[in-house]
Amino acid sequence: MIDTQSGSKSDFAVETRGLGKSFGGFDAVRDVNLKVRRGSVHALIGPNGAGKTTCFNLLTKTLIPTTGRILLHGKDISSLRTSDVAQLGLVRSFQISATFLHLTCLENVRVALQAKNGGGYRFWRSLRAISGLNARAMELLERVGLADVADVRATELSYGKKRALEIATTLALDPSVMLLDEPTAGMGHEDIEPVTELIREAAVGRTVLIVEHNLSVVSSLCERITVLNHGEVLNEGSYAEVSSNADVVSAYMGGGEDD
Amino acid sequence: MTRIPAILLIVVLVILAPFFVYPVLLMTILVFVLFASSFNLLLGYAGLLCFGHAMFFGTSAYITGQFLKVTGSTLEFGLLAGVLVAAAMGLAVGVIAVRRSGIQFAMITFAIAQFVYFFLLQAEFTGGEDGMQQIPRSALFGVIDVSDHRAFYFVVLGATVLALALIYRIIHSPYGEILRAIRDNEERVESLGFRPERFKLVAMTLSAGIAGLAGGLKATVFQFATLTDVSWTVSGEVIFMTLLGGLGTLAGPAVGAGIVIFMNDELAQFGEWSLIAQGIILLLVILFFRRGVVGEIIAVLHKRRAGRSEGLTKGD
Repeated sequence: MIDTQSGSKSDFAVETRGLGKSFGGFDAVRDVNLKVRRGSVHALIGPNGAGKTTCFNLLTKTLIPTTGRILLHGKDISSLRTSDVAQLGLVRSFQISATFLHLTCLENVRVALQAKNGGGYRFWRSLRAISGLNARAMELLERVGLADVADVRATELSYGKKRALEIATTLALDPSVMLLDEPTAGMGHEDIEPVTELIREAAVGRTVLIVEHNLSVVSSLCERITVLNHGEVLNEGSYAEVSSNADVVSAYMGGGEDD
Repeated sequence: MTRIPAILLIVVLVILAPFFVYPVLLMTILVFVLFASSFNLLLGYAGLLCFGHAMFFGTSAYITGQFLKVTGSTLEFGLLAGVLVAAAMGLAVGVIAVRRSGIQFAMITFAIAQFVYFFLLQAEFTGGEDGMQQIPRSALFGVIDVSDHRAFYFVVLGATVLALALIYRIIHSPYGEILRAIRDNEERVESLGFRPERFKLVAMTLSAGIAGLAGGLKATVFQFATLTDVSWTVSGEVIFMTLLGGLGTLAGPAVGAGIVIFMNDELAQFGEWSLIAQGIILLLVILFFRRGVVGEIIAVLHKRRAGRSEGLTKGD
């Protein structure tokens, strides 16, 4: 059960109060009170159909909540758009890796750097006008191990490297909160380990909320875990606490879910 | 390295062309090169399929014509009037349509274009079915006489080159980079903090303005403007030109426009056969040469270059 009374606003990077979403009478998410402590890596897990993705889409402003409020650093962002919350420091990733396939790696990162610098509309200037961003872009590519393919189009990268590029692009915004949607979904074992490592590194000094299926990734990355079931919060705690909770175990067994 | 001689060859050809080919045919080609390039800016770089692009082209032809007839002003102001009206129209259409994409965007632009067509059909100043006749081709800047077709050819050529240079700049600008990113993944661009629809709105305005320049030039080349210029067949033709030449390449629409206008001219004597030929060519291009003429050439060159440097770029 989640405590909604205590804790000052500033302790939490992301907070939801009575968050709910229904689709034509069906409550996909109901009265979710989520508190993501600033600087923590927090996971949102649950069996299929538990409402994880709906919850995620509410937080990223892709969906509009039916009830409740969403706070970012104590500020109500319930009525803002995706692009607005990005400017406020809350940036999401996508389940299917979201790179700009026909742009080079450098250009991919530069797009985000342009967003951060409030640019983008200067159609009369040459690209030299933003060549000042190249050094920072290269720095970010280097950080995720893509410096040697800076001029290669994203479409030519392997799946794992596309993920790395996506992380570099997100980091370019220097977000205070990152929302990651199943970052290792569809990945082979050889990619999961390096991507987990990249997330761990990227999470330093930030708040990260992850929706993830892979429980070994969750256990190695996340300090706190919220378990959803049937659109409601079932349990919250550390991995050890959550995994030994009888309700959680039965929800997972009942859902027939196994990783 | 092979680029410089190729560019020199093109420069020599376009300068000598009016001395060997009927200048009006050449000017028609240039007008459609410009028109197709403006369309390509929208579809090829912003991913927006405008199925009513003729509304900008044709409206500007009428506006330019009317402006020159009524005010008796010099040529450049007539063209400017057409460009501004077309750009404003692009902005207005964009406000309505830009939040939609794909087939919805195409249908909305088509519907608005039909509305514009019937408005111009009914409007007094357009001359309705008869069209607008005797548009004066007044002197450029008030001093350069362009009544001679060959002299005017160089004006049209100059305007086309300038507009193509502008398109090149737009594509290779900080803005162009975002636009290409939007075409690849709009959702992601929004998640980075941009408002994609605003970028598309700018693209609509720019594209419509350039289409307007093409329309204004068309009106002054032929010295008349007709309902054909705003009809959906012209909207369809510009799509055909762009796909034939190569979508999303700078030279593609130009080559496509050149081929289509030249072909229409050559096949005109066969009447409907020219349309049938167009249909067959479009079918062949869609079935076998998806990238269009220029796109296919670029693909072959890339493959050859990749073959030469094999092992250097091949990673995982």
